[in-house]
Amino acid sequence: MNSTLTLETAGPLLPAAPRPARAESPWPRRALIAAALAFLTLFLFVPLAAVFHEALRKGYFAYLAALSDADALAAIKLSLIAAAVAVPANLVFGVAAAWAIARFEFRGKSLLITLIDLPFSVSPVIAGLIYVLLFGAQGWFGAWLAEHDIKILFALPGILLATLFVTFPFVARELIPLMQAQGGEEEQAARVLGAGGWQMFFRVTLPNIKWGLLYGVILCNARALGEFGAVSVVSGHIRGLTNTLPLHVEILYNEYNFAAAFACASLLALLALLTLALKSWVEWRASREAAVTA
Amino acid sequence: MSAAVLRPPAVLPGFAPALGLTLVYLCLIVLIPLAAVFAKTAGMGWQAFVDAVAAPRVVASYQLSFGSALLAAAINAAFGLLVAWVLTRYEFPGRRIADALVDLPFALPTAVAGIALAAVYAPQGWLGRWFDAAGIKVAYTPLGVLVALTFIGLPFVVRTVQPVLQELEKDVEEAAANLGAGRLQIFLRVIFPQLAPALLTGFALAFARAVGEYGSVIFIAGNMPMVSEITPLIIITKLEQYDYAGATAVAVVMLLASFALLLAINALQAWQARRGGRAPARAGH
Repeated sequence: MNSTLTLETAGPLLPAAPRPARAESPWPRRALIAAALAFLTLFLFVPLAAVFHEALRKGYFAYLAALSDADALAAIKLSLIAAAVAVPANLVFGVAAAWAIARFEFRGKSLLITLIDLPFSVSPVIAGLIYVLLFGAQGWFGAWLAEHDIKILFALPGILLATLFVTFPFVARELIPLMQAQGGEEEQAARVLGAGGWQMFFRVTLPNIKWGLLYGVILCNARALGEFGAVSVVSGHIRGLTNTLPLHVEILYNEYNFAAAFACASLLALLALLTLALKSWVEWRASREAAVTA
Repeated sequence: MSAAVLRPPAVLPGFAPALGLTLVYLCLIVLIPLAAVFAKTAGMGWQAFVDAVAAPRVVASYQLSFGSALLAAAINAAFGLLVAWVLTRYEFPGRRIADALVDLPFALPTAVAGIALAAVYAPQGWLGRWFDAAGIKVAYTPLGVLVALTFIGLPFVVRTVQPVLQELEKDVEEAAANLGAGRLQIFLRVIFPQLAPALLTGFALAFARAVGEYGSVIFIAGNMPMVSEITPLIIITKLEQYDYAGATAVAVVMLLASFALLLAINALQAWQARRGGRAPARAGH
């Protein structure tokens, strides 16, 4: 990436020599860049800018009032709880799955990898529906749950389950290819030198996978905070109780309270931008580390 | 040491607990709940199932969901290839920011994307007013569905094609140029065949994501039955009317389509891996 950067900025000073093909007219290149940026502008940049523009349309006071509203704060809290449960759970599962898949041979491995990816190809609405079928009033466990006065649907456990489902593959699918590429030689060496299982894991495995792990956690966290479809089916939309922040945005929007809806949406958009920044930073650190060790 | 290399499973610990935890968690969160969908449908009888999944309003929603997902994936294949090309081959101000923002549809909650697109493409919106002046209504029509699905699928093609473009051997292109090939000829004969598997994989991923998409679509679609109502919304509507069996039947149709797509994507990725595996060998020549 860096070498192209220096070559390109040096382009006008050093024509023809490094890359003969580039010495032709610059216009095709400029036209391609313009077309690509026009596409990104129509579909990404303008909608992103619109979120903040609409959020601040009624001024900073209305913006802050919308965010400090009791229902908004309850929704923020619920979204944070969902992420605080989903991220560690899927982190532990992701490491365990990657360890089993990348370090051992067993029958049905490729089927297992496909099944781990499954939640990505299921519509979020269906991800919510499956828990309604299990725990709803007419569901498999519905009667039993009602008898014992346990609420899963339209309550916190349902929201957590739906969030766990949609964020299920994130960490595992980052770690599996990474650990497969690294191979197990370093861990075997640690074992031969007398390291215990956890010692080997914390001293050898974890440092090797930390960037991939962090990458998966960042994406998992963003999805957990922002999930809409699946959570919408199981939440019941009870204000101040079972509304996550994205559901709160929907309710405000459907009440034509656009400024407040976009104010809450802008908070989620800021989180998305933070996610992208962190993700770029992790990619940069990982590639720098790879360059140093190579 | 050589014995350890020969028999790695004997040295590394933790296989049984790691696999056990993986399987238990997978079954509890994913497999058993998904099985409930098929069990529920199995209990409803063939005729009731057909009536639910072949009702005119439901069939119209398949046409909209699958049709616009296919079209959006095609748009993303063309423009995603262009964006990936521009980001890897050219240097321009703001390139790194544009590169990072390509992933925005992955990071932005779908509800936020939905209301933002609805605001921008509404008749009075920043972009909608220009379309409106040209007599084209985008928001609250099937065209709005297409816009939302294009947004949601945007990163897939870019992110599958980009690494392949970065790995391409420049010397092959230069050899072709030295042999007198024009730029378009080099692209079509040398570069494109190497990109094709990745491009097709990105297309399939974007399509699979768009078929089931809900949050970003419902705000901009208008949700008119028979016209701009997507299949996931049909499921929600049936659930709200307590028609659990009907909702589940439609969900089964969507799940079967998703499974078929997942298998196709796996096959494509295996093809791509084989193609990618050959590239280093060529570098050794």
